[in-house]
Amino acid sequence: MTLLAERPGVLDEPHEPEPEHGPTGILKWITSTDHKVIGKSYLITSLVFFCLAGVMAILMRTQLASPDSTVVSQHTYNELFTMHGSLMLYLFAGPFAFGGLANYIVPLQVGAPDMAFPRLNALSYWLYLGGGITMVAGFLTVGGAADFGWVAYAPLSDAVNSPGAGPDMWIVALILTGFSAIFTGVNICVTVFYLRAPGMTMFRVPIFTWNMVVTGILILIAFPVLTAALIMLWADRHLGTHIYSVAGGGVPVLWQNLFWFFGHPEVYILALPYFGMVTEVLPVFSRKPVFGYRGMVFATISIGALSTSVWAHHMFTTGVVLLPFFSLMSYLIAVPTGIKFFNWIGTMWRGSLKFDTPMLFAVGFLIVFLFGGVTGVFLASPPIDFATHDTYFVVAHFHEVLFGSAVFGGFAGLYYWYPKMFGRMLRESLGKASFWFMFVGFWVTFMPQYLLGLRGMPRRIAEYSASTGWTSLNRISTVGAYLLFTAVAIMVVNFYVSWRRPVQAPGNPWDGHTLEWATSSPPPHHNFFRLPPIRSERPLWDFNHPEHTTRKHAEALAGTSRGATPEPAPVPEEAGTT
Amino acid sequence: MKIEARLMLFISGFCAVAAAIFWGAGLNRAYRTMTSGGTIMLGACCLLGLLPGGYYLWWSKRMTPRPEDNPEATQAQGAGVIGVFPGNSIWPFVLGVSALLIALSLVFGFWTAIFGLTLAISAVIGVIVESRRGGVV
Repeated sequence: MTLLAERPGVLDEPHEPEPEHGPTGILKWITSTDHKVIGKSYLITSLVFFCLAGVMAILMRTQLASPDSTVVSQHTYNELFTMHGSLMLYLFAGPFAFGGLANYIVPLQVGAPDMAFPRLNALSYWLYLGGGITMVAGFLTVGGAADFGWVAYAPLSDAVNSPGAGPDMWIVALILTGFSAIFTGVNICVTVFYLRAPGMTMFRVPIFTWNMVVTGILILIAFPVLTAALIMLWADRHLGTHIYSVAGGGVPVLWQNLFWFFGHPEVYILALPYFGMVTEVLPVFSRKPVFGYRGMVFATISIGALSTSVWAHHMFTTGVVLLPFFSLMSYLIAVPTGIKFFNWIGTMWRGSLKFDTPMLFAVGFLIVFLFGGVTGVFLASPPIDFATHDTYFVVAHFHEVLFGSAVFGGFAGLYYWYPKMFGRMLRESLGKASFWFMFVGFWVTFMPQYLLGLRGMPRRIAEYSASTGWTSLNRISTVGAYLLFTAVAIMVVNFYVSWRRPVQAPGNPWDGHTLEWATSSPPPHHNFFRLPPIRSERPLWDFNHPEHTTRKHAEALAGTSRGATPEPAPVPEEAGTT
Repeated sequence: MKIEARLMLFISGFCAVAAAIFWGAGLNRAYRTMTSGGTIMLGACCLLGLLPGGYYLWWSKRMTPRPEDNPEATQAQGAGVIGVFPGNSIWPFVLGVSALLIALSLVFGFWTAIFGLTLAISAVIGVIVESRRGGVV
């Protein structure tokens, strides 16, 4: 069955929903090309991988809680940290954002009936699911799963040092999920470029969608390099080529160059979507427009461009990279990120703040990511990097950055859009409890790891002796990990409660600004029955609050060359009464 | 369409500048081995942005203005058919399974690829037939 999508009208009376026909049950799910079904599938699958990887993290922290521990064997520990990293980065953080939330929200935010290539979208989900299962199935092989770290440095990843089917399955899984990401990236870019609603110019597209466009471009830059590098790694392992081995005249550091040329844009592929989610949440719960919309867009584009030329800051200690170039570029990338922070704070400044769960997570993101960003500036300096490379300092740094964005930012987005996606509300009390457990647990877990790194504890060690004096800090960190586990468990309970005892969500529970809230929750097939006129970057707010139009224009133009002086104080008492 | 073109061309241009710096650093023999890979990758990124960016720019000067680029457009101006969106289809799933089987042949040997290729061919035929027959409902 093929459907021609018509532009939604400007009528006020809703249409009768089209009668459902076609397959039912599991066949309906398998054959669906609806971006909403695919988005939800992505979301749930990635959260399952998140929980799996979280259990691995708990096992690792339990192992490290006491010196000379034997909870897991050293070999199992290697598998655990490899698969923890791989699952979190390749199967959770990326797909959760650009497969799950972006797939669902981007067409809604630009007023499109579906993604531009629905069947390609479905294919990308099946590739992701197949790749994910392949990666986890590595545990079932005789030699166990891949155990060379999520970065798979040569020569550790060659056929001699890592024999067996597990590493091959890891390689194959990454090739599959890589293609899945590429297809999604293409799909998002084309959707935003070609399927926007009338009046939705590029500079009215919500920041989340802007960030997803830049993420899509970064995916197109980064993932082909990874796929090529992986195929060469496979050839080294099975065909006897010597691309990454010194023995045959190859260059091991070539793997590092190729991997990080993927890996650093990947870090921003994992961060930009979450920046976008936070940028959607903050203005809605501050009841103000985004401060400095254009500044946000240009900062995002600059981050995208700069992220292509900072990759070797992961390789300072190899001694074969241009230190000044990469150090300078790494410092530079802090500038657009700083602009974003300035604008986020500007958005909240003198707003009428409402601390619902999404807002709590968004503010948590700001604090956590700031610390991760600041230690990132430390590490961009080669002398500091030489001292702390491959210690727990780096571990704490990238957990603050990635946990800050993917978990705090991601859960802000999840709590924010869950009513839209599932048509029911999550419980506020459980959500807030989950946040506070997570926020406290986060600091308890990762602040001791900075200190451990400065005291010389290396990454990826399964055991340490009591004489090192690392025991108490490790034990504190483990307690924090259990707090984080509790936070996620409360979250799962929250999903369960909303599933068993649904509270119907209205179309626009948060008094949102953007088009996804202009339709029902969950949206009908092809998304919209009617669209409000689009005259700014928050069309729905304009439609619902015509009394604010003048002030809105003044604020929206603040900070641009055409800008008028913004009025000093918003009008909180009348804001948001729908 | 112009902003989309500029976005692509900006990233392309940035990569061109970075590639040029790398190539310049490689003129110093001591840095030759450090920069050859980066020059190629950044140069390729420049081309990657140039292709869609150039196409959008070329096209933006020739196309009739779209209502989505007009800040004053009303919803009525965009009325009509947007495009053809396929309904339910089993073929993405079949193609996904076939891709998985072909990829697993890298681990378990060629035999899984036989099934994979069979499924892939049937999926391609299926999609083509579906698109032709489906038409407009």
